[in-house]
Amino acid sequence: MSGFEQQVAALRDYLMKFARLQLRNETWAEDAVSEVMVAALAKPQSFGNRSQLKTWLVGILKHKIIDALRLHGREVCQLEDHVESNEDPLDYLGFKADGHYVEPPAEWGNPEQRASSRQFFEVLEICTNQLPPVQGRLFLMREWLELSSEEICKELALTPTNLYVQLHRARLRLRECLELNWFGNKA
Amino acid sequence: MPLMKTCKEATALLVAREDRTLSLGDKVALRFHLLICKACPRFARQMLTLRNGMKEWRNYTTPD
Repeated sequence: MSGFEQQVAALRDYLMKFARLQLRNETWAEDAVSEVMVAALAKPQSFGNRSQLKTWLVGILKHKIIDALRLHGREVCQLEDHVESNEDPLDYLGFKADGHYVEPPAEWGNPEQRASSRQFFEVLEICTNQLPPVQGRLFLMREWLELSSEEICKELALTPTNLYVQLHRARLRLRECLELNWFGNKA
Repeated sequence: MPLMKTCKEATALLVAREDRTLSLGDKVALRFHLLICKACPRFARQMLTLRNGMKEWRNYTTPD
């Protein structure tokens, strides 16, 4: 193998992590990453350092993942979580009958100091991965692929109402998970 | 009265505005609520922390 091939091959696991998080399906993730490898090896380039190579590969991966999401559109947003459909996710926060907070939300502290560590990102990834698959995919389409809500609806033929309900749940769950596993401990 | 929102409604709007543009009426009502409420600005800061955290995560490549 050439030096370039070795460098690319060594980043396979790194790419798989993102593909799994975003696609929540092992086969789709494997396929997307294999396509990245093929595309990258077809145009060898030299990079000053490994982080530039990573950035380039992640850029290709994002395109392959959008293709996969489009291809599997129906399954991507097929809801499996009937159980929680009646639950109001705002209730995790604790509101009285008159709509006031039982207890005010916690002060999480300075995000600049807190949110820069590698450990924080690990917790963030674990929490994202704990979202139900549909919520996780839609949330990362917003936050990792940086698609607008309109673009997501168009790609997946979803109604805005359905999208917003899922994103709303995802954000509240993620908030809850981070509070329990990061901000709560450190406060 | 549409200008008055409960904390629960204001919190729902703080989540929603991450993904959609609020109506003008909701924007005004939310701003007003945040001025007179002590609890909801904290929730707003949590949402901001999340937004910034996701942004940093997105731009972060694991060092070797």
